[in-house]
Amino acid sequence: MNYRKINKFLSEILILVAIAMLPSTFICLFDGETKVALSFLYSILIAVVLSVILKFISRKQSGGFHSREGLICVSLSWILISLIGCLPFFFSRQIPSFIDALFEIVSGFTTTGASILPDVESLSRGLLFWRSFSHWMGGMGVLVLLMVFVPKSDHNTGSTMHLLRAESPGPNVGKLVPSMKKTALALYGIYMALTVLDFIFLIAGGMPPFDSVCTAFGTAGTGGFGIKNDSMASYSPYIQNVTTVFMLLFGINFSCYYLILTKRFISVLKDEELRAYLGIFIGATALIAFNIYNMYSGISETLRHAAFQVSTIMTTTGFATTDFDKWPVFSKTLLLCLMFIGASAGSTAGGLKFQRLLLLIKNLKRHIRQTLYPNKVQIVRMNGEKVNEKILESTNLYLIGYTFIIVTSFLLISIDGFSITSNMSAVISCFNNIGPGLEAVGPTCNFSGYSVFSKLVLIFDMLAGRLEILPLLGLLSLRTWKRK
Amino acid sequence: MKVIIAGDGKVGVAIARQLSTEGYDLTIIDSNQAILDSTLDQYDVMTVPGNCATMKVLLEAGIKDAQLLIATAGADEINLLCCMTAHTLNPNIHTIARIRNPEYSEQLFRMRNTFALSLAINPEKKAAHQMERLLKFPGFLKRESFAKDRVEIVELRIEKDSRLNHVSLVNLDSIIKCKVLVCAVLRDGQAIMPGGDFVFQEDDRVFVTAPTNVLAVLLKNLGIITHKVGRVMIAGGGRTSYYLAQSLLKIGMHVQIIEKDREKCEELSELLPNADIICGDASSHALMESEGLAKCDALVSMTGIDEINIIISLYASELGIPHVITKISHSENSAILDHLPVGSVICPKDLCCSTIVRYVRAVKNQAGAAVSVHSIANGLAEAVEFVADENTKNCGIPLKNLHLKNGTLIVSITHNGKTEIPNGESSFQIGDTVIVVTKAERVLLQLNDIFE
Repeated sequence: MNYRKINKFLSEILILVAIAMLPSTFICLFDGETKVALSFLYSILIAVVLSVILKFISRKQSGGFHSREGLICVSLSWILISLIGCLPFFFSRQIPSFIDALFEIVSGFTTTGASILPDVESLSRGLLFWRSFSHWMGGMGVLVLLMVFVPKSDHNTGSTMHLLRAESPGPNVGKLVPSMKKTALALYGIYMALTVLDFIFLIAGGMPPFDSVCTAFGTAGTGGFGIKNDSMASYSPYIQNVTTVFMLLFGINFSCYYLILTKRFISVLKDEELRAYLGIFIGATALIAFNIYNMYSGISETLRHAAFQVSTIMTTTGFATTDFDKWPVFSKTLLLCLMFIGASAGSTAGGLKFQRLLLLIKNLKRHIRQTLYPNKVQIVRMNGEKVNEKILESTNLYLIGYTFIIVTSFLLISIDGFSITSNMSAVISCFNNIGPGLEAVGPTCNFSGYSVFSKLVLIFDMLAGRLEILPLLGLLSLRTWKRK
Repeated sequence: MKVIIAGDGKVGVAIARQLSTEGYDLTIIDSNQAILDSTLDQYDVMTVPGNCATMKVLLEAGIKDAQLLIATAGADEINLLCCMTAHTLNPNIHTIARIRNPEYSEQLFRMRNTFALSLAINPEKKAAHQMERLLKFPGFLKRESFAKDRVEIVELRIEKDSRLNHVSLVNLDSIIKCKVLVCAVLRDGQAIMPGGDFVFQEDDRVFVTAPTNVLAVLLKNLGIITHKVGRVMIAGGGRTSYYLAQSLLKIGMHVQIIEKDREKCEELSELLPNADIICGDASSHALMESEGLAKCDALVSMTGIDEINIIISLYASELGIPHVITKISHSENSAILDHLPVGSVICPKDLCCSTIVRYVRAVKNQAGAAVSVHSIANGLAEAVEFVADENTKNCGIPLKNLHLKNGTLIVSITHNGKTEIPNGESSFQIGDTVIVVTKAERVLLQLNDIFE
């Protein structure tokens, strides 16, 4: 294991986090909340000092950076930024328990949006901003962000490819353009442009600027931290509709946007994942609207709530405009099912991803046909092209790891004695980075009732869900740490 | 600048390594996904699987906005088809193809426009040419020529009984009695840019810049006895052997080729009527002995297998053959060879790669670009040739007043055809050829890059 190279990346990540805390500090100073501003400054100081120490340890580097280092580097980075990121909450005593603060920021960086705060509005604005900003950073990935800033000479080698693979969601991660720096720039460029567009639409609908910025960050990262106790319910229907559309947009594979930018429209239209994604969205909205028709007045309100909730669950955002825990069982079950799938690979959303789902279904279909006609040679195609058997196998194994973690976490948090529905939805919601679940963790409730142990389990689930299992399990594997 | 490399073989990877450090946008095409994956893990490139001679794959690789295509696939025909297809899709593209079959060499020249080739490269021929140069001037491990063959950088190894062993650099002039400049020393796998108090040690590999006309004096004063090579034994009868034998025979040397394969032997003896073609296993000591290896002036080992080449060269060195040349295909292993007496090591892949890199740099930067780039000291240092032009800073200022970047050295200035090994008082004028040696991690694209 090349610890020095890993330390170098960690040291740079810390500086990035320190810089990311600056806007929140200024907001605190602007609001005159010197105590909170000081807690931000202390956190920045700790990050910088740690970074300098790591930099000093890793000043002489040699050797390679392989997929093992890539996995470990990504998981350690995420743990480290969470530990640093939670400090402002803890120092300012606005979240007095350290585990609660950690839960809150992990939920932020992993774009989950699950909160332990009963009263969100009591937080000072700087902390609210920091929570939402962590969504934005975590959505596209902090190491990808780092690649935008580090000089090109630092990633001549393919080492950055291991980082991209470990951090970006989806079964088959690739670059958009040959150079990693330009790929990272293109991804963040698209991300930034869409976020700004969202912000403009929100502000045009009369939303206060601070609310607009926070909501745009939460939407872009498909995170879902609201800054109001009732999430999005009190905003106008226009703002809710804008958010529905933008959540959907951020759940689309970003390479589709790149294809649009390079004028390859036909490949976008033919993309199977995009078609399935939009198809399921329309289908689920229609079914739920039909199911909840008598609960709201008029078609437009019913459709608005149905579309918003389907969008927020599918893209794993986790805003809410209404308490869907009060919906009929069919609608709730449908939402629960959608939680599993998530959105598209290569987007900022969590979940299993549509691409994996399609591959799994196609592979199953092939298996059935193979049993019927054992001699026929059959390949799995995606967008008309053959899918590598390795990818199929890793997709199958991903589902196994996914199921295993859900079942284990479900068992572990059941000690706290909440209902089966609450526990199940809490695990699914955290693991798929959604946010709200059902019953005790429904849209109007929060996770503060769980014990410290359960919170740790859920923190692990959130990280494992965001990094797609392998990096974290790699960290737990003893073999990784053996000196070689 | 966007460059497409078709064929992810040994040469393809070597080019990818070099060009990706220089910041080009590289896309690599190959039909083997596993090889592409491993390249992707090592270098900052993009990969496209498929047949590089098809329009579909070339379009997918972005041929429309690429400026250069390098075709290094296994078969010559595919490389040609690839370049022709690329040219049809993008008429402004520069194309480089590796063509190895000597039978095509004539039509390549006459059909240049049909094939749409900007440059055709024959690695075996290049290697044979390099070997020929070494055999003509035995005593040096390597020779790189610059400034239209007026200046050379030669490589020497300090042997135990060498006159330079334990001599410090300031005393060098009194021994060799001619003006040369030591530009780099390779010691224990590290490239050193030596200062005045540097002391030579056994097994150092020293890179010396010298005008071509003092090379003979240099060898004489160093006590390296060089008698003209008259008899050469070549182990292995591949294409490189053919090219080398052909040119050696032309200058009147006696050539023996040892080759295992009967059919190849017959083919060679048909092509080279004046050479002795021996059918047998070159790794067999008995055969080599009976064919008179001990009486040869030089041995070139270039069978298809690196290990066998190394063994043959070691055996020849033990017999005391004055000049030994070893061909290896995997230059990654060359660092291990530093401590073995295998003579000059030649890697056709590296030669081919540096020619291509030179061309790429020229395409990228028409004005003020490096005329040629040679990598020395196992690729740890580079010697770059520039021509000073109107945009070059510090013309006419004595070198002692210039602040060069750390790890760069001006090793020769050629003014009006006269080469000078510079000292503190020297300066260069517009139109002069300047050769700079730099550590390989620093990429020099223009002469101005060397100034602080």
